[in-house]
Amino acid sequence: MSTATGLDSPDRPAHGPTFQALSTGRKIKDKAATVLVTLAFLIALVPLVWVLVTVVGRGIGAIISADWWGRSLNGVLPESYAGGVYHAIYGTIIQALLAAVIAVPVGIAAAVYLVEYGRGRLAKTTSFMVDILAGVPSIVAALFVFAAFISIMGGVQSAFMVSLALVLLMLPVVIRNTEEMLRLVPDELREASYALGIPKWKTILRIVLPTALSGTVTGVMLALARVMGETAPVLVLVGYSQSINFDPFSGNMASLPLLMFSELSNPEPAGQFRIWGAALTLILIIMILQLGASVVSRFSAISK
Amino acid sequence: MAKRLDLKDVDIYYGDFHAVAGVNLSVAPRSVTSFIGPSGCGKSTVLRTLNRMHEEIPGARVEGEVLLDGEDIYNRSSDAVAVRKTIGMVFQRPNPFPTMSIRDNVVAGLKLSGVRDKKKLDEVCEASLRGANLWKEVSGRLDKPGGGLSGGQQQRLCIARAIAVAPDVLLMDEPCSALDPISTLAIEDLIADLKKEYTIVIVTHNMQQAARVSDQTAFFNLEATGKPGKLVEIDDTEKIFSNPTEQATEDYISGRFG
Repeated sequence: MSTATGLDSPDRPAHGPTFQALSTGRKIKDKAATVLVTLAFLIALVPLVWVLVTVVGRGIGAIISADWWGRSLNGVLPESYAGGVYHAIYGTIIQALLAAVIAVPVGIAAAVYLVEYGRGRLAKTTSFMVDILAGVPSIVAALFVFAAFISIMGGVQSAFMVSLALVLLMLPVVIRNTEEMLRLVPDELREASYALGIPKWKTILRIVLPTALSGTVTGVMLALARVMGETAPVLVLVGYSQSINFDPFSGNMASLPLLMFSELSNPEPAGQFRIWGAALTLILIIMILQLGASVVSRFSAISK
Repeated sequence: MAKRLDLKDVDIYYGDFHAVAGVNLSVAPRSVTSFIGPSGCGKSTVLRTLNRMHEEIPGARVEGEVLLDGEDIYNRSSDAVAVRKTIGMVFQRPNPFPTMSIRDNVVAGLKLSGVRDKKKLDEVCEASLRGANLWKEVSGRLDKPGGGLSGGQQQRLCIARAIAVAPDVLLMDEPCSALDPISTLAIEDLIADLKKEYTIVIVTHNMQQAARVSDQTAFFNLEATGKPGKLVEIDDTEKIFSNPTEQATEDYISGRFG
Protein backbone atom coordinates (compact mmCIF):
# COMPACT_ATOMS: atom_id res chain seq x y z
CA MET A 1 0.00 0.00 0.00
CA SER A 2 1.04 3.58 0.12
CA THR A 3 4.06 3.42 2.33
CA ALA A 4 5.75 6.71 1.52
CA THR A 5 2.99 8.86 2.95
CA GLY A 6 4.48 9.75 6.28
CA LEU A 7 7.75 11.29 5.22
CA ASP A 8 6.69 14.92 4.97
CA SER A 9 3.76 14.92 7.40
CA PRO A 10 3.97 11.94 9.71
CA ASP A 11 0.91 13.00 11.71
CA ARG A 12 -1.56 13.11 8.85
CA PRO A 13 -1.30 10.27 6.36
CA ALA A 14 -2.47 11.51 3.01
CA HIS A 15 -3.99 8.29 1.70
CA GLY A 16 -6.09 6.85 4.50
CA PRO A 17 -5.04 4.00 6.80
CA THR A 18 -2.09 1.87 5.67
CA PHE A 19 -3.23 -1.20 7.56
CA GLN A 20 -6.52 -2.67 6.50
CA ALA A 21 -8.78 -5.06 8.39
CA LEU A 22 -8.34 -8.78 7.92
CA SER A 23 -10.10 -9.87 4.72
CA THR A 24 -12.97 -12.36 4.93
CA GLY A 25 -11.06 -14.90 2.86
CA ARG A 26 -8.16 -14.93 5.29
CA LYS A 27 -10.51 -15.14 8.26
CA ILE A 28 -12.15 -18.22 6.80
CA LYS A 29 -8.81 -19.85 6.01
CA ASP A 30 -7.58 -19.08 9.51
CA LYS A 31 -10.64 -20.65 11.12
CA ALA A 32 -10.47 -23.69 8.84
CA ALA A 33 -6.82 -24.29 9.64
CA THR A 34 -7.44 -23.88 13.36
CA VAL A 35 -10.31 -26.37 13.29
CA LEU A 36 -8.26 -28.85 11.25
CA VAL A 37 -5.25 -28.74 13.54
CA THR A 38 -7.39 -29.00 16.67
CA LEU A 39 -9.26 -31.93 15.18
CA ALA A 40 -6.05 -33.74 14.32
CA PHE A 41 -4.88 -33.25 17.90
CA LEU A 42 -8.13 -34.63 19.29
CA ILE A 43 -7.99 -37.64 16.97
CA ALA A 44 -4.45 -38.36 18.12
CA LEU A 45 -5.66 -38.09 21.71
CA VAL A 46 -8.52 -40.60 21.28
CA PRO A 47 -6.51 -43.86 21.34
CA LEU A 48 -4.41 -42.63 24.26
CA VAL A 49 -7.41 -41.73 26.39
CA TRP A 50 -9.20 -44.89 25.31
CA VAL A 51 -6.32 -47.13 26.35
CA LEU A 52 -5.86 -45.31 29.63
CA VAL A 53 -9.57 -45.40 30.53
CA THR A 54 -9.88 -49.08 29.64
CA VAL A 55 -6.75 -50.14 31.50
CA VAL A 56 -7.53 -48.06 34.56
CA GLY A 57 -11.18 -49.15 34.57
CA ARG A 58 -10.40 -52.85 34.34
CA GLY A 59 -7.16 -52.90 36.29
CA ILE A 60 -7.96 -50.68 39.24
CA GLY A 61 -9.83 -53.50 41.00
CA ALA A 62 -6.72 -55.64 41.07
CA ILE A 63 -4.16 -53.11 42.17
CA ILE A 64 -6.02 -51.55 45.09
CA SER A 65 -5.51 -54.60 47.28
CA ALA A 66 -2.46 -54.63 49.51
CA ASP A 67 -1.72 -58.22 48.53
CA TRP A 68 -1.20 -57.13 44.92
CA TRP A 69 1.95 -55.24 45.87
CA GLY A 70 3.16 -57.52 48.66
CA ARG A 71 2.59 -61.12 47.53
CA SER A 72 3.44 -63.37 44.63
CA LEU A 73 1.19 -65.87 42.86
CA ASN A 74 2.90 -68.71 44.66
CA GLY A 75 0.25 -71.41 45.32
CA VAL A 76 -2.60 -69.27 44.04
CA LEU A 77 -5.07 -71.28 41.98
CA PRO A 78 -5.86 -70.03 38.47
CA GLU A 79 -9.48 -69.28 39.36
CA SER A 80 -8.79 -67.59 42.67
CA TYR A 81 -8.80 -63.82 43.05
CA ALA A 82 -5.86 -63.84 45.41
CA GLY A 83 -2.14 -63.29 45.53
CA GLY A 84 -0.18 -60.47 43.97
CA VAL A 85 2.48 -59.63 41.45
CA TYR A 86 5.40 -58.32 43.47
CA HIS A 87 7.55 -61.10 42.01
CA ALA A 88 6.81 -59.74 38.53
CA ILE A 89 7.35 -56.12 39.56
CA TYR A 90 10.69 -57.11 41.04
CA GLY A 91 11.58 -58.96 37.83
CA THR A 92 10.67 -56.05 35.57
CA ILE A 93 12.66 -53.58 37.65
CA ILE A 94 15.75 -55.73 38.23
CA GLN A 95 15.99 -56.71 34.56
CA ALA A 96 15.73 -53.10 33.44
CA LEU A 97 18.21 -51.92 36.08
CA LEU A 98 20.77 -54.59 35.19
CA ALA A 99 20.42 -53.56 31.56
CA ALA A 100 20.92 -49.91 32.53
CA VAL A 101 24.03 -50.72 34.58
CA ILE A 102 25.64 -52.01 31.38
CA ALA A 103 24.00 -49.81 28.75
CA VAL A 104 24.35 -46.41 30.43
CA PRO A 105 28.14 -46.30 30.92
CA VAL A 106 28.80 -47.88 27.53
CA GLY A 107 26.25 -45.63 25.85
CA ILE A 108 27.55 -42.43 27.42
CA ALA A 109 31.14 -43.38 26.65
CA ALA A 110 30.19 -44.10 23.03
CA ALA A 111 28.42 -40.74 22.79
CA VAL A 112 31.45 -38.96 24.25
CA TYR A 113 33.61 -40.70 21.66
CA LEU A 114 31.30 -39.70 18.81
CA VAL A 115 31.03 -36.06 19.88
CA GLU A 116 34.43 -35.28 21.38
CA TYR A 117 36.89 -37.60 19.67
CA GLY A 118 35.26 -39.26 16.70
CA ARG A 119 36.79 -38.35 13.36
CA GLY A 120 37.04 -40.23 10.14
CA ARG A 121 35.97 -43.73 9.32
CA LEU A 122 35.65 -45.30 12.77
CA ALA A 123 33.28 -42.57 13.93
CA LYS A 124 31.17 -42.83 10.79
CA THR A 125 31.00 -46.61 11.13
CA THR A 126 30.06 -46.36 14.80
CA SER A 127 27.37 -43.84 14.05
CA PHE A 128 26.00 -46.02 11.25
CA MET A 129 25.99 -49.11 13.47
CA VAL A 130 24.10 -47.23 16.16
CA ASP A 131 21.45 -46.37 13.59
CA ILE A 132 21.21 -50.02 12.56
CA LEU A 133 21.00 -51.12 16.19
CA ALA A 134 18.19 -48.64 16.74
CA GLY A 135 16.22 -50.37 14.02
CA VAL A 136 16.68 -53.90 15.37
CA PRO A 137 13.33 -55.38 16.50
CA SER A 138 13.31 -56.65 20.06
CA ILE A 139 12.67 -60.24 18.99
CA VAL A 140 15.84 -60.16 16.90
CA ALA A 141 17.82 -58.82 19.86
CA ALA A 142 16.37 -61.60 22.01
CA LEU A 143 17.18 -64.31 19.46
CA PHE A 144 20.69 -62.92 19.04
CA VAL A 145 21.31 -63.17 22.78
CA PHE A 146 19.87 -66.67 22.77
CA ALA A 147 22.10 -67.74 19.89
CA ALA A 148 25.26 -66.07 21.14
CA PHE A 149 25.11 -66.53 24.90
CA ILE A 150 22.98 -69.66 25.32
CA SER A 151 23.46 -71.80 22.21
CA ILE A 152 27.09 -70.99 21.50
CA MET A 153 28.54 -69.99 24.86
CA GLY A 154 26.46 -72.43 26.84
CA GLY A 155 24.71 -70.04 29.20
CA VAL A 156 21.38 -70.79 30.79
CA GLN A 157 18.11 -68.97 30.46
CA SER A 158 17.89 -66.38 33.18
CA ALA A 159 16.85 -62.83 33.90
CA PHE A 160 20.39 -61.70 33.14
CA MET A 161 20.02 -62.92 29.56
CA VAL A 162 16.92 -60.75 29.31
CA SER A 163 19.00 -57.81 30.56
CA LEU A 164 21.58 -58.45 27.85
CA ALA A 165 18.88 -58.25 25.19
CA LEU A 166 17.54 -55.08 26.80
CA VAL A 167 21.07 -53.63 26.67
CA LEU A 168 20.97 -53.99 22.89
CA LEU A 169 17.67 -52.13 22.82
CA MET A 170 18.73 -49.42 25.27
CA LEU A 171 22.16 -48.68 23.82
CA PRO A 172 21.13 -46.83 20.65
CA VAL A 173 18.59 -44.75 22.58
CA VAL A 174 21.13 -43.76 25.24
CA ILE A 175 23.86 -43.06 22.67
CA ARG A 176 21.70 -40.95 20.38
CA ASN A 177 20.17 -38.97 23.23
CA THR A 178 23.47 -38.34 25.03
CA GLU A 179 25.08 -37.43 21.73
CA GLU A 180 22.44 -34.80 21.13
CA MET A 181 22.82 -33.40 24.65
CA LEU A 182 26.61 -33.21 24.30
CA ARG A 183 26.32 -31.42 20.98
CA LEU A 184 24.12 -28.82 22.68
CA VAL A 185 26.99 -27.89 25.00
CA PRO A 186 28.51 -24.80 23.38
CA ASP A 187 32.08 -25.11 22.12
CA GLU A 188 32.84 -21.88 23.95
CA LEU A 189 32.71 -23.76 27.24
CA ARG A 190 35.20 -26.33 25.99
CA GLU A 191 37.47 -23.54 24.75
CA ALA A 192 37.15 -21.65 28.04
CA SER A 193 38.26 -24.76 29.83
CA TYR A 194 41.16 -25.49 27.48
CA ALA A 195 42.28 -21.88 27.82
CA LEU A 196 42.64 -22.44 31.58
CA GLY A 197 45.08 -25.24 30.92
CA ILE A 198 42.61 -27.99 31.73
CA PRO A 199 43.25 -31.16 29.75
CA LYS A 200 40.62 -32.46 27.36
CA TRP A 201 39.56 -35.51 29.37
CA LYS A 202 39.04 -33.39 32.44
CA THR A 203 37.14 -30.82 30.42
CA ILE A 204 34.78 -33.56 29.25
CA LEU A 205 34.32 -35.04 32.72
CA ARG A 206 34.02 -31.84 34.73
CA ILE A 207 32.61 -29.26 32.31
CA VAL A 208 30.89 -30.91 29.35
CA LEU A 209 29.15 -33.87 31.00
CA PRO A 210 27.80 -31.88 33.99
CA THR A 211 26.43 -29.27 31.58
CA ALA A 212 24.64 -32.00 29.63
CA LEU A 213 23.61 -33.93 32.75
CA SER A 214 19.94 -33.14 33.00
CA GLY A 215 19.11 -34.07 29.43
CA THR A 216 21.23 -37.19 29.65
CA VAL A 217 19.49 -38.40 32.82
CA THR A 218 16.08 -37.73 31.30
CA GLY A 219 17.05 -39.74 28.24
CA VAL A 220 18.27 -42.65 30.33
CA MET A 221 15.03 -42.76 32.30
CA LEU A 222 12.95 -42.67 29.15
CA ALA A 223 15.04 -45.48 27.69
CA LEU A 224 14.45 -47.46 30.90
CA ALA A 225 10.73 -46.88 30.64
CA ARG A 226 10.78 -48.12 27.07
CA VAL A 227 12.57 -51.41 27.71
CA MET A 228 10.43 -52.26 30.74
CA GLY A 229 7.51 -53.12 28.52
CA GLU A 230 9.54 -55.27 26.12
CA THR A 231 7.95 -58.69 25.81
CA ALA A 232 10.00 -60.56 23.23
CA PRO A 233 13.18 -60.89 25.33
CA VAL A 234 11.33 -62.26 28.36
CA LEU A 235 9.46 -64.78 26.21
CA VAL A 236 12.63 -66.11 24.64
CA LEU A 237 15.22 -65.79 27.37
CA VAL A 238 13.66 -66.64 30.72
CA GLY A 239 11.01 -69.00 32.05
CA TYR A 240 7.96 -67.79 33.93
CA SER A 241 7.72 -68.32 37.65
CA GLN A 242 4.71 -68.00 39.92
CA SER A 243 6.90 -67.19 42.89
CA ILE A 244 9.61 -64.71 43.69
CA ASN A 245 13.17 -65.32 42.52
CA PHE A 246 15.66 -62.74 43.68
CA ASP A 247 18.59 -64.16 41.72
CA PRO A 248 18.78 -62.68 38.22
CA PHE A 249 21.56 -65.05 37.20
CA SER A 250 19.73 -68.34 37.52
CA GLY A 251 16.25 -69.80 37.55
CA ASN A 252 12.97 -68.58 36.20
CA MET A 253 11.84 -65.06 36.95
CA ALA A 254 8.53 -63.40 36.32
CA SER A 255 8.12 -59.92 34.92
CA LEU A 256 4.98 -57.94 34.23
CA PRO A 257 4.84 -58.61 30.46
CA LEU A 258 5.64 -62.29 31.02
CA LEU A 259 2.97 -62.57 33.72
CA MET A 260 0.42 -61.06 31.38
CA PHE A 261 1.43 -63.46 28.65
CA SER A 262 1.19 -66.50 30.86
CA GLU A 263 -2.15 -65.45 32.31
CA LEU A 264 -3.49 -65.25 28.75
CA SER A 265 -3.67 -69.04 28.76
CA ASN A 266 -5.69 -68.99 31.98
CA PRO A 267 -9.34 -69.45 30.96
CA GLU A 268 -10.67 -68.26 34.32
CA PRO A 269 -11.94 -64.68 34.77
CA ALA A 270 -9.31 -64.25 37.49
CA GLY A 271 -6.70 -64.49 34.76
CA GLN A 272 -8.23 -61.54 32.90
CA PHE A 273 -8.41 -59.70 36.19
CA ARG A 274 -4.66 -60.16 36.75
CA ILE A 275 -3.76 -59.23 33.17
CA TRP A 276 -5.48 -55.87 33.45
CA GLY A 277 -3.98 -55.32 36.87
CA ALA A 278 -0.49 -56.08 35.58
CA ALA A 279 -1.02 -53.77 32.59
CA LEU A 280 -2.05 -50.92 34.87
CA THR A 281 0.89 -51.63 37.18
CA LEU A 282 3.31 -51.45 34.25
CA ILE A 283 1.81 -48.17 33.09
CA LEU A 284 2.09 -46.80 36.63
CA ILE A 285 5.75 -47.79 36.96
CA ILE A 286 6.58 -46.21 33.61
CA MET A 287 4.63 -43.10 34.55
CA ILE A 288 6.58 -42.81 37.81
CA LEU A 289 9.81 -43.10 35.82
CA GLN A 290 8.72 -40.37 33.43
CA LEU A 291 7.72 -38.13 36.31
CA GLY A 292 11.07 -38.89 37.92
CA ALA A 293 12.77 -37.89 34.67
CA SER A 294 11.04 -34.54 34.60
CA VAL A 295 11.77 -33.90 38.29
CA VAL A 296 15.45 -34.76 37.78
CA SER A 297 15.71 -32.54 34.75
CA ARG A 298 14.06 -29.69 36.63
CA PHE A 299 16.35 -29.97 39.62
CA SER A 300 19.60 -30.49 37.78
CA ALA A 301 18.72 -27.96 35.10
CA ILE A 302 21.18 -25.13 34.82
CA SER A 303 19.84 -22.26 36.87
CA LYS A 304 20.24 -18.81 35.48
CA MET B 1 55.51 -13.22 36.01
CA ALA B 2 54.95 -11.30 32.80
CA LYS B 3 56.93 -12.61 29.87
CA ARG B 4 57.69 -11.38 26.39
CA LEU B 5 56.30 -12.91 23.23
CA ASP B 6 58.09 -13.08 19.90
CA LEU B 7 56.64 -14.36 16.66
CA LYS B 8 59.08 -15.31 13.94
CA ASP B 9 57.88 -15.98 10.38
CA VAL B 10 54.60 -17.45 11.57
CA ASP B 11 52.39 -19.00 8.89
CA ILE B 12 49.00 -20.35 9.83
CA TYR B 13 46.97 -22.85 7.84
CA TYR B 14 43.49 -24.34 8.06
CA GLY B 15 44.00 -27.53 6.09
CA ASP B 16 45.08 -26.34 2.65
CA PHE B 17 43.94 -22.80 3.26
CA HIS B 18 46.79 -20.43 4.04
CA ALA B 19 45.11 -18.13 6.57
CA VAL B 20 47.91 -15.88 7.72
CA ALA B 21 51.36 -15.42 6.20
CA GLY B 22 54.71 -14.34 7.54
CA VAL B 23 53.94 -12.64 10.84
CA ASN B 24 56.87 -11.19 12.72
CA LEU B 25 56.22 -9.26 15.88
CA SER B 26 57.33 -8.81 19.47
CA VAL B 27 55.32 -8.06 22.57
CA ALA B 28 57.16 -6.60 25.54
CA PRO B 29 56.36 -7.77 29.06
CA ARG B 30 53.86 -5.63 30.98
CA SER B 31 52.51 -3.94 27.90
CA VAL B 32 49.29 -4.00 25.95
CA THR B 33 49.39 -4.82 22.26
CA SER B 34 46.23 -4.52 20.20
CA PHE B 35 45.49 -6.24 16.91
CA ILE B 36 43.24 -4.29 14.57
CA GLY B 37 42.10 -4.90 11.03
CA PRO B 38 39.05 -5.80 8.95
CA SER B 39 37.05 -8.99 9.59
CA GLY B 40 38.62 -12.14 8.22
CA CYS B 41 42.15 -10.74 8.10
CA GLY B 42 43.39 -13.30 10.58
CA LYS B 43 43.94 -11.27 13.74
CA SER B 44 41.89 -13.65 15.88
CA THR B 45 43.64 -16.56 14.21
CA VAL B 46 47.01 -15.12 15.16
CA LEU B 47 45.79 -14.55 18.71
CA ARG B 48 44.63 -18.14 18.95
CA THR B 49 47.99 -19.47 17.85
CA LEU B 50 49.58 -17.68 20.80
CA ASN B 51 48.17 -20.19 23.28
CA ARG B 52 47.74 -23.11 20.90
CA MET B 53 43.95 -22.86 20.90
CA HIS B 54 44.26 -22.78 17.14
CA GLU B 55 45.10 -26.47 16.98
CA GLU B 56 41.74 -27.45 18.47
CA ILE B 57 40.30 -26.91 15.00
CA PRO B 58 40.81 -30.05 12.90
CA GLY B 59 43.39 -29.57 10.16
CA ALA B 60 44.82 -26.36 11.58
CA ARG B 61 48.59 -26.04 11.82
CA VAL B 62 51.27 -23.44 12.40
CA GLU B 63 54.70 -22.93 10.88
CA GLY B 64 57.39 -20.67 12.25
CA GLU B 65 58.21 -19.94 15.85
CA VAL B 66 56.18 -18.51 18.70
CA LEU B 67 58.62 -17.74 21.49
CA LEU B 68 57.65 -17.10 25.08
CA ASP B 69 60.74 -15.61 26.74
CA GLY B 70 62.76 -17.37 24.06
CA GLU B 71 61.11 -20.75 24.43
CA ASP B 72 59.16 -22.07 21.44
CA ILE B 73 55.63 -22.97 22.56
CA TYR B 74 55.29 -25.17 19.48
CA ASN B 75 58.34 -27.13 20.45
CA ARG B 76 57.75 -30.84 20.07
CA SER B 77 58.29 -31.44 23.75
CA SER B 78 56.01 -28.70 25.03
CA ASP B 79 52.52 -29.67 26.09
CA ALA B 80 49.61 -27.56 24.82
CA VAL B 81 47.96 -27.87 28.25
CA ALA B 82 51.04 -26.43 29.97
CA VAL B 83 51.22 -23.64 27.39
CA ARG B 84 47.64 -22.65 28.07
CA LYS B 85 48.28 -22.52 31.80
CA THR B 86 50.96 -19.94 31.09
CA ILE B 87 49.04 -18.00 28.45
CA GLY B 88 45.45 -17.33 29.45
CA MET B 89 42.62 -16.24 27.23
CA VAL B 90 39.40 -14.22 27.46
CA PHE B 91 36.86 -14.76 24.71
CA GLN B 92 34.55 -12.58 22.70
CA ARG B 93 31.38 -13.78 24.36
CA PRO B 94 31.42 -14.20 28.14
CA ASN B 95 31.39 -17.93 28.79
CA PRO B 96 31.18 -18.75 32.49
CA PHE B 97 30.65 -22.44 33.25
CA PRO B 98 26.87 -22.71 33.68
CA THR B 99 26.95 -25.56 36.18
CA MET B 100 29.25 -23.73 38.58
CA SER B 101 28.82 -21.02 41.18
CA ILE B 102 30.67 -17.73 40.89
CA ARG B 103 33.35 -18.97 43.28
CA ASP B 104 33.80 -22.28 41.46
CA ASN B 105 33.99 -20.45 38.14
CA VAL B 106 36.84 -18.28 39.36
CA VAL B 107 38.87 -21.14 40.81
CA ALA B 108 37.87 -23.69 38.13
CA GLY B 109 41.36 -23.69 36.63
CA LEU B 110 43.00 -24.43 39.97
CA LYS B 111 40.38 -26.85 41.20
CA LEU B 112 40.47 -28.93 38.05
CA SER B 113 44.26 -28.94 38.20
CA GLY B 114 44.03 -30.66 41.57
CA VAL B 115 44.28 -27.81 44.10
CA ARG B 116 42.15 -28.89 47.08
CA ASP B 117 43.25 -26.48 49.80
CA LYS B 118 40.04 -24.60 50.51
CA LYS B 119 41.77 -21.69 52.21
CA LYS B 120 44.05 -21.15 49.26
CA LEU B 121 41.17 -21.41 46.81
CA ASP B 122 39.20 -18.80 48.76
CA GLU B 123 42.21 -16.49 48.80
CA VAL B 124 42.76 -16.85 45.08
CA CYS B 125 39.06 -16.37 44.46
CA GLU B 126 38.98 -13.08 46.35
CA ALA B 127 42.25 -11.84 44.88
CA SER B 128 41.17 -12.67 41.32
CA LEU B 129 37.76 -11.09 41.73
CA ARG B 130 39.38 -8.00 43.21
CA GLY B 131 41.84 -8.05 40.31
CA ALA B 132 38.92 -8.12 37.91
CA ASN B 133 37.11 -5.30 39.74
CA LEU B 134 34.21 -7.59 40.48
CA TRP B 135 34.68 -8.37 44.16
CA LYS B 136 32.45 -5.60 45.50
CA GLU B 137 29.60 -6.58 43.24
CA VAL B 138 29.59 -10.31 43.90
CA SER B 139 31.23 -10.86 47.31
CA GLY B 140 27.81 -11.43 48.88
CA ARG B 141 26.68 -14.07 46.40
CA LEU B 142 29.67 -16.21 45.58
CA ASP B 143 27.55 -19.35 45.73
CA LYS B 144 25.08 -18.14 43.11
CA PRO B 145 25.49 -19.41 39.54
CA GLY B 146 27.76 -17.36 37.30
CA GLY B 147 25.14 -17.26 34.57
CA GLY B 148 23.01 -14.92 36.70
CA LEU B 149 25.35 -11.97 36.34
CA SER B 150 25.00 -9.26 33.71
CA GLY B 151 26.99 -9.53 30.50
CA GLY B 152 29.67 -7.10 31.67
CA GLN B 153 29.96 -8.82 35.04
CA GLN B 154 30.17 -12.19 33.33
CA GLN B 155 33.02 -10.95 31.18
CA ARG B 156 34.88 -9.68 34.25
CA LEU B 157 34.15 -13.05 35.87
CA CYS B 158 35.84 -14.67 32.88
CA ILE B 159 38.81 -12.35 33.30
CA ALA B 160 38.97 -13.25 37.00
CA ARG B 161 38.87 -16.91 36.01
CA ALA B 162 41.69 -16.38 33.53
CA ILE B 163 43.97 -14.56 35.99
CA ALA B 164 43.22 -17.02 38.81
CA VAL B 165 45.60 -19.52 37.24
CA ALA B 166 48.31 -16.82 37.32
CA PRO B 167 49.28 -16.83 33.64
CA ASP B 168 52.25 -14.86 32.26
CA VAL B 169 50.36 -13.56 29.28
CA LEU B 170 46.68 -12.70 28.87
CA LEU B 171 45.06 -12.88 25.44
CA MET B 172 41.75 -11.13 24.83
CA ASP B 173 39.66 -11.80 21.75
CA GLU B 174 37.35 -8.80 21.30
CA PRO B 175 36.45 -8.88 25.00
CA CYS B 176 34.09 -5.91 24.79
CA SER B 177 32.28 -6.53 21.54
CA ALA B 178 29.23 -7.98 23.32
CA LEU B 179 29.14 -5.31 26.03
CA ASP B 180 27.55 -1.90 26.53
CA PRO B 181 29.77 1.23 26.79
CA ILE B 182 29.76 1.30 30.61
CA SER B 183 30.83 -2.31 30.93
CA THR B 184 33.37 -1.67 28.19
CA LEU B 185 34.82 1.18 30.21
CA ALA B 186 35.06 -1.08 33.26
CA ILE B 187 36.97 -3.66 31.24
CA GLU B 188 39.27 -1.03 29.75
CA ASP B 189 40.09 0.32 33.21
CA LEU B 190 40.77 -3.23 34.23
CA ILE B 191 43.15 -3.75 31.32
CA ALA B 192 45.09 -0.69 32.42
CA ASP B 193 45.42 -2.26 35.90
CA LEU B 194 46.26 -5.72 34.64
CA LYS B 195 49.05 -4.28 32.52
CA LYS B 196 51.12 -3.81 35.67
CA GLU B 197 51.39 -7.56 36.07
CA TYR B 198 50.60 -9.20 32.78
CA THR B 199 51.58 -9.07 29.17
CA ILE B 200 48.35 -8.42 27.30
CA VAL B 201 47.40 -8.94 23.68
CA ILE B 202 43.94 -7.78 22.67
CA VAL B 203 42.02 -8.11 19.42
CA THR B 204 39.54 -5.33 18.88
CA HIS B 205 37.33 -3.93 16.15
CA ASN B 206 37.02 -0.70 18.01
CA MET B 207 39.87 1.60 17.00
CA GLN B 208 39.20 4.08 19.78
CA GLN B 209 39.57 1.20 22.16
CA ALA B 210 42.88 0.21 20.62
CA ALA B 211 44.02 3.82 20.93
CA ARG B 212 42.86 4.03 24.55
CA VAL B 213 44.23 0.80 25.99
CA SER B 214 47.27 -0.26 24.03
CA ASP B 215 50.96 0.65 23.97
CA GLN B 216 51.54 -0.79 20.54
CA THR B 217 49.16 -1.59 17.74
CA ALA B 218 49.40 -4.14 14.97
CA PHE B 219 47.39 -3.66 11.80
CA PHE B 220 46.45 -6.78 9.87
CA ASN B 221 44.99 -6.72 6.39
CA LEU B 222 43.86 -8.95 3.59
CA GLU B 223 45.06 -8.22 0.07
CA ALA B 224 42.12 -10.03 -1.50
CA THR B 225 39.65 -12.74 -0.57
CA GLY B 226 41.27 -16.14 -0.71
CA LYS B 227 44.72 -14.71 -0.07
CA PRO B 228 46.37 -15.05 3.32
CA GLY B 229 46.07 -12.26 5.86
CA LYS B 230 49.21 -10.24 6.55
CA LEU B 231 50.64 -8.12 9.29
CA VAL B 232 50.88 -4.76 7.54
CA GLU B 233 52.43 -2.70 10.26
CA ILE B 234 53.19 -2.77 13.96
CA ASP B 235 54.31 0.26 15.90
CA ASP B 236 53.62 2.43 18.93
CA THR B 237 49.91 3.06 19.15
CA GLU B 238 50.45 6.80 19.02
CA LYS B 239 52.42 6.53 15.81
CA ILE B 240 49.97 4.14 14.15
CA PHE B 241 47.07 6.47 14.81
CA SER B 242 48.83 9.74 14.01
CA ASN B 243 51.42 8.99 11.41
CA PRO B 244 51.41 5.40 10.11
CA THR B 245 54.13 4.31 7.71
CA GLU B 246 51.87 2.34 5.40
CA GLN B 247 49.15 3.86 3.24
CA ALA B 248 46.83 0.87 3.93
CA THR B 249 47.00 1.55 7.67
CA GLU B 250 46.14 5.17 7.22
CA ASP B 251 43.22 4.28 4.93
CA TYR B 252 41.88 1.85 7.49
CA ILE B 253 42.16 4.00 10.59
CA SER B 254 40.81 7.05 8.84
CA GLY B 255 37.79 5.10 7.58
CA ARG B 256 38.61 5.29 3.87
CA PHE B 257 38.94 1.52 3.75
CA GLY B 258 36.10 -0.64 2.31
